[in-house]
Order: sequence, then structure tokens, then C-alpha cells
Amino acid sequence: MCVLGTMATRFLPFLIFGENRPTPRYISFLGKALPAAVFAMLVVYCLKDVSVLTGSRGIPEAIAIAATVLIHLWRRQMLLSVAGGTVVYMLLVQLIF
Amino acid sequence: MKRKALKAAFPHTIPIFAGFWFLGMAYGIYMNVSGFSFWYPLAMSIVIFGGSLEFVTVSMLLSPFAPVQTLLAALMIQARHIFYGIAMLEKYKGLGWKRFYLIFGMCDESFSINCSAEIPEGVDRGWFYFFVTLLNQLYWVTGSTMGGFLGSVLDFNTEGLEFVMTAMFVVIFLEQLLKEKNHSTAVIGLAASVVCLVIFGADSFLLPTMACTLLLLTAFRKPLEKAGFKGEEDAV
Repeated sequence: MCVLGTMATRFLPFLIFGENRPTPRYISFLGKALPAAVFAMLVVYCLKDVSVLTGSRGIPEAIAIAATVLIHLWRRQMLLSVAGGTVVYMLLVQLIF
Repeated sequence: MKRKALKAAFPHTIPIFAGFWFLGMAYGIYMNVSGFSFWYPLAMSIVIFGGSLEFVTVSMLLSPFAPVQTLLAALMIQARHIFYGIAMLEKYKGLGWKRFYLIFGMCDESFSINCSAEIPEGVDRGWFYFFVTLLNQLYWVTGSTMGGFLGSVLDFNTEGLEFVMTAMFVVIFLEQLLKEKNHSTAVIGLAASVVCLVIFGADSFLLPTMACTLLLLTAFRKPLEKAGFKGEEDAV
């Protein structure tokens, strides 16, 4: 059932808007407009269990995200930014918070 | 042609490698302590290949069989794939048999890379997408199977390693912001997610977020299209 549900959601758009028919303009617009919105949603999804009222109040997360962004703007190397941000976060939660 | 595509694809998947081995092992260990042999995580990571749902499946397998409820839960957790599919419709066109596997293996991470990566000149698009998807699935399958084997033998302070996924999505989101001249859709997605998270809570905010995003994008379609979010020319 889980397999069925997952595959239904993955294949549905491709089945409805087949390869040989032109995609409706509205759907094509969504294809352009959705990625940024979806990536924003995924970032929030990763942080959904962070509580700003209890525990460390999301401070390590905020610092690590700021570090990730800064490293990325500095070098624009995806691997470096991801690794750097993760190391900062691990150090923060293991040693300080 | 294949080797070139594999070479181009591999660096993009390294953060996923770290994240999936960690999460996959956590999942395998979780299944192991829930009393399942390593065959279960192995089989499920091959056929479902969707992290969050697989975690939920553990508790479903432990409770009495409820097919309708299980299917509904699966549809709700995985509904975001419909968005991914719409965004990838054009990119996955004309790729022959590979298209089938690409759709089958389109998890959050594969989608994010294939949607945002700039494919270098001279690298075959189909094979690039294919290898990103395949490598990601390999990481997940091997990670979860090892977790199933090792159980709780591991003794290494990995606290905080799960942040690798967050960091990766932050970078991908940032890249998207740097690429687009107009940030209104990013703001819409961010605002909808945060507002819905506050109202509906961590466990059930994805569906309302998607509904709000769709509604707002549709309502502001005219100005957004003027701002550059125009569909393909041959669309009708």
C-alpha cells in the first residue's frame, strides 16, 4: 500500500500530461514557479521539529544555517558549504549546547 | 558518454551520500530494534525509496493490517511528489526508458539535484539524471541494510550529522535565489510553510502548505508571468 501510494504520486503528473502532448500553459507556468517555493518548503520541513521556545531555542540551527549561507556566498562550492555547515552544527550541539 | 555523465553526476550526490548513509543506517537500526531482520529495510528501501514514509511504515507493520488507512497515509506523506512531477515534466521529456526509472526514484533529494543542477556542456542529460537518481538510491539501500545488520553495535558520536540534509536544502534554495531575478515565488513558498507550520504543527503542515502555495501562485499568475515565470513557448 505504501509502495502504491508513493508511486501514484510520483507517476501521476507524467501520466496525465503525456510525453507526446504539449503541456497546458498553466501547468507549464507552475513548473517554472514551483521549484523555489518547494525548496523553501523543504528547508522549513527539515527544521519543523526545532522549537524556538524550549531547549536550545533553535540557536545552533540558526548559527549553522548562517554559516552555510556565508560559506556558500564566499566560495559557491556546494560540497564545501554543506560540509562546513554540518561540522559547525555538530560542534555546536556536541560541545556547547 | 556514460562515464562522462557519471563523473559529472557524482560530486552532486556526495552530500546525499553522507546524509543517506546516516539516515539510512538510523532507519535500519530502528527496524532492527523493532524486531525486523535486515531483509525488511533492504526490500523497503528498494521499492518505496522515500525516507519519511519508510519510518512511518515501521509502526504500520507493527500494528494490525489497515490497508485503506495505510494507503491514505502514504498518499498524504508523498503528495509533494506531485509538485516535483509538474516541475520536472519538461526536463524528463524524451529520455526513453530512463524516464521510467527517473520517475520511480524521484525522492526529495534526487528531485532537488536534477531540478537545480547545471549540467556541463557535452554531458548527456538523460544519463546525468539517471546516475544522480541511481547513486542516491544505492546510498540509501546500502545505508539502511547496514543499519539493519549492525543494529546498535555502532559507537561513534554522530549527534548533529542529520543536519547535512538541512544544509543541502539551504544551499539548493540559496542557489535558486541567486539564479532567479524575482524572488516572489520563494517568498510565497517560505511564508506558506512557516504560517502553516505554526497553525497546523510539525506533523501535518505539508498538505496545507502545498494548498496555500498553489492558491497563491494561481492568484498571482499574471504578475508572476510578467516577472519571468513564463511557461514553455509551445505550451497551449
